[in-house]
Amino acid sequence: MSNLIVLPMAVPVLAGIILVFFRNQVQIQRWISLIVMLANAGLAIYLLNLIQAEGVMRLDFGGWEPPFGILFVADSFSVILVLTTSVVAAVCLLYAFSSIGKRYENMFFYSFVNFLVAGVNGSFLTGDLFNLYVCFEIMLLASYVLIALGGKKAQLRESIKYVLVNVISSWFFLIAIAYLYGSIGTLNMAHISERIAETGQAPLLTVISIVFLTVFGLKAGLLLYFWLPGSYSVAPTAVAALFGGLLTKVGIYAMIRVFTLFFYHEPSISHSLIGVMAALTLIGGSIGAVAYKDIRLIVSYNVVIAVGFILVGLAVATPAALEGSIYYLMHDMIVKTLLFLLAGTMIAVTGKTKINEMSGLIRNYPLLGWMFFIVMLSLAGIPPFSGFIGKVLVGQGTVEAGSYVLLTLAFISSIFVLYSLLRIFLGCFWGETIISIEDKVPMKRGWLFPSILLTFATIGLGLGAEFLAPYVSDAANTLLDPEVYIDAVLYE
Amino acid sequence: MRTNNVILRAVVKLVVFIILTLAVYLFLSGHHSPGGGFIGGLVLASAFVLLFIAFDIETVRHAIPFDFKKVAALGAFISVSTGFASLVFGEAFLTQAFDYFELPFFGKTELSTVTIFESGVALVVVGVVVTIILSIVEDV
Repeated sequence: MSNLIVLPMAVPVLAGIILVFFRNQVQIQRWISLIVMLANAGLAIYLLNLIQAEGVMRLDFGGWEPPFGILFVADSFSVILVLTTSVVAAVCLLYAFSSIGKRYENMFFYSFVNFLVAGVNGSFLTGDLFNLYVCFEIMLLASYVLIALGGKKAQLRESIKYVLVNVISSWFFLIAIAYLYGSIGTLNMAHISERIAETGQAPLLTVISIVFLTVFGLKAGLLLYFWLPGSYSVAPTAVAALFGGLLTKVGIYAMIRVFTLFFYHEPSISHSLIGVMAALTLIGGSIGAVAYKDIRLIVSYNVVIAVGFILVGLAVATPAALEGSIYYLMHDMIVKTLLFLLAGTMIAVTGKTKINEMSGLIRNYPLLGWMFFIVMLSLAGIPPFSGFIGKVLVGQGTVEAGSYVLLTLAFISSIFVLYSLLRIFLGCFWGETIISIEDKVPMKRGWLFPSILLTFATIGLGLGAEFLAPYVSDAANTLLDPEVYIDAVLYE
Repeated sequence: MRTNNVILRAVVKLVVFIILTLAVYLFLSGHHSPGGGFIGGLVLASAFVLLFIAFDIETVRHAIPFDFKKVAALGAFISVSTGFASLVFGEAFLTQAFDYFELPFFGKTELSTVTIFESGVALVVVGVVVTIILSIVEDV
């Protein structure tokens, strides 16, 4: 028992509540939120090392032993994601300080960012299926507020779609949980896994697994991504970056967890289906990414491609592929946030959103241009940057499993990513400058600094892959061997 | 147009006290039987809403000068703090405790930390319900 593992969720909740009392003291709100995120990051690093030494940790709330009570379980995979979430959230907060405006800050903006992070961390850490649903809802409720806050016409249109899609998918989630509880009789994740392994995965359970796949497909944007590009492109930059970095990743996490811990007995059905959905997502996302001229839409479709890529790793489910997925998940959280921040900054300095309306930005804002270049290389998977190791490992996994179709699609999609971003780079940064010296919007340091931090993070993640390797391989081993998780939860 | 609502006001003045008593009863009975912070809070909020209907908003705001958003936040703060309080005693998060005490008037009484948690829930419900009703009223 260690109370430390509840803090990544409980502290942001408490902070979010306290911030309500400081509605008009914006400085206090900013500092409390930032300190909470940084403290979470430090705590996650500490926990990660503790898990390497002592194995998977758990905390039974109120002292109720599993499988009766609700509990949090921290394994390497969860804590790696908590760490990345804290970093991403801290950077988005830094960007929000100089971009979001007083109107948002007075309307409990920082409270809801804290609640969002609490929901995300809770989803990563929980060891109870119904509690996973609750944490999803905390995250989604906060995201409903953040996407609608501001009240522009486009925002209202997209947020209605977003809320409807998510309410319906949450309802399906609840039904799926009810089916599973009806047939297995427990909600503790380790206990579910053990019981399915005992009784064998009957056809009924496989059907239930498909319901879960549909739900998480909607949340993660796997094949069912129709709602994603629209709603991610209307929110203010800091919020869009937070969504792009975090929200779909929670769906991906849940999918990886459910299909490695519960439903791993019938890979010919469930994992093949994930493979097909991932392939279609890669194709659809690639087409979307090259089809539009609006920078925000191109960036949003890049989120979709990454979802497909990460779940290719789950579909083949070899050790190398899962390690690759974990690396790529971390990489993608950082780089997608960076991409959204850079795209938002470009729109903020030019006031335009389409590729063909801007050009020559690199003359006015060289640093912005070069950072965009680095992101592009990183997303395409060029070596020193963070995308490389994930792509290589996922590729290796697909070769080992002999699924060459997924391999081909995954790497062709990388070319599409490169092409779609190169189009932005060539169109917006090269060519004759459109901004004269006197019209030039001064670049705020608060806009560039968060992006610089994340650029260093992507370089560091690429160069430090060796340093991260023991943590990631421990995470993949726990995923591949459910016994480790079950033993830690039920028999210690 | 002003409607003559003397009867409504006279009844409300009386009924509000009955509702408030019922709310407290439901809140306390929730410890072992149906009831609890959520239901008690809802009934409590219905008393406030009834006041807002019978009298105009300005009058009631003057009589009950709370910012209901802050009431909700205070309630949430109380509830979450009871979770954190268990950390101070080295117990698992959200651990609750209870014991029996000899109180002068009530005799042997069970006092528990769950009641503190539930009072937080009740405040959240009151704050949220009244905030929702007031913002709908302001829109019209």
